[in-house]
Amino acid sequence: MRIAILGFGSVGRGIARAILAKNLDITVTGLADSRSGIIDPAGIDLEAALSRKDNGGPCGSLDVTPADVVAKADYDVLVEVTPTNVDDGEPALGHIRGALRRGKHVVTSNKGPIALAYPELRDLAATNGVFLRYEATVCGAIPLIHAMKEGLAGNTISRLYGVFNGTCNYILTRMAEDGLTYEQALAEARELGYAEADPTYDVEGIDAGIKLVILANTVLDMRTTLDDVERTGITLLTPEALRLAEDQDCTIRLIGEIVPEAGVLRVSPRIIAKSHPLVVEGTLNAVTVETDLAGDLTFIGKGAGSVETASAVIGDLLYIRDRHVQGS
Amino acid sequence: MKLEMRDQPGQLVAALQPISAVGGNIIAVIHQRETPAATETLDVQIVLELPEGRLSRLLELLREQGVSVVRIDEERLLYECTLIMIGHLMHTDLSDTVDRIDMTGSAEVTELSLVMPAISSPSSARITIRSTTREEMKKAIRILRSVAEQKDLLIIEPLEGA
Repeated sequence: MRIAILGFGSVGRGIARAILAKNLDITVTGLADSRSGIIDPAGIDLEAALSRKDNGGPCGSLDVTPADVVAKADYDVLVEVTPTNVDDGEPALGHIRGALRRGKHVVTSNKGPIALAYPELRDLAATNGVFLRYEATVCGAIPLIHAMKEGLAGNTISRLYGVFNGTCNYILTRMAEDGLTYEQALAEARELGYAEADPTYDVEGIDAGIKLVILANTVLDMRTTLDDVERTGITLLTPEALRLAEDQDCTIRLIGEIVPEAGVLRVSPRIIAKSHPLVVEGTLNAVTVETDLAGDLTFIGKGAGSVETASAVIGDLLYIRDRHVQGS
Repeated sequence: MKLEMRDQPGQLVAALQPISAVGGNIIAVIHQRETPAATETLDVQIVLELPEGRLSRLLELLREQGVSVVRIDEERLLYECTLIMIGHLMHTDLSDTVDRIDMTGSAEVTELSLVMPAISSPSSARITIRSTTREEMKKAIRILRSVAEQKDLLIIEPLEGA
């Protein structure tokens, strides 16, 4: 199977390393980062591209753009793993459209295009007879979308709730464990690379909100946008509040919740018993799905990380290969 | 409630039957045989949950069974919900915040723990609300939410409802 990778940051490099490390029968014929690209029908030397990138250089040639890779490279699946833009999904959205119109499958970890334009992209994929898969957009390594769409097919989902943001979970875990203030815990999360320089996207619940929108629109047949999510972040939480919860064997976690029948999408800090399965430590994610046939299921795993997110992308790639791709 | 009945086989069942007949739910039956053994009657305490407005019908049915009701305790507030509030709680009149819930008559604040770390920084409070019904609890939480919005307080609700 031949793939083209757009984005050579944490996720893109995780995919390259997994391809190099394992015999996955995947050839990379196109590769682009934000400023350069390579097209090679015979297969790109990933080792060399990784070392160029590790040395701070561009991954390829400065006169090859991501758009060139989308339009001209010879691939079966476009792997779109550039950073999320929540405002208009670009430039990823345009690249995904371009690949689908060329009759190429698309696998993405990019939340923007899926949250903003899923119905259009789904129809475009169907028209062109190709797959569009996006497991890596929600909860990193946890195969939540696959589980809900395939494993739980036929179930009615009455409620879904969980910890969707590892950065917030880390901050709250540290505040509860050691009585740190929000500011101290955030500074520590930054030092460890768990939080961005501008943490707004995580700590104001935007990231968790987008994940809810993706699940609502792609799995639960709802039509929602980020504006429909009732959203409260964790920036105002105090160590005293965590201690008051602790006195009752509870703690506080940022919980994303969907109640499909009531049309509720909500991200807010909630009091939760410490014995509850959703109370996970550190940067882990955890999601409980309430269903009519299967009962309640809780998924716990790594919600971010280079190789972990690559795992979800590779799962999607092999899903497509096993069902569709010819001539690989 | 505390009941007094004849100490004969079948009497306890006869006393309990009317409870389910009016849609009640028995939470506990406490039956202390040894106390006034000399009498021919039996004292039984029953803790139960009744739909609103069914108490008089239950008393009527019990009387028909020959069971006399010795004592009925005050209606208990069965539903409990604990929330945490963060913000300038004192400066925004905490007793008014509590009053707004107590004023409903069917829900009330039964416990409040307040931590005020420093004069200018926000304080945190754990507040326990009790109510007679689940619906009243939802109403009380809605009131608290709207008060919080007016007073710029952060309300942290439990993951599970009341």
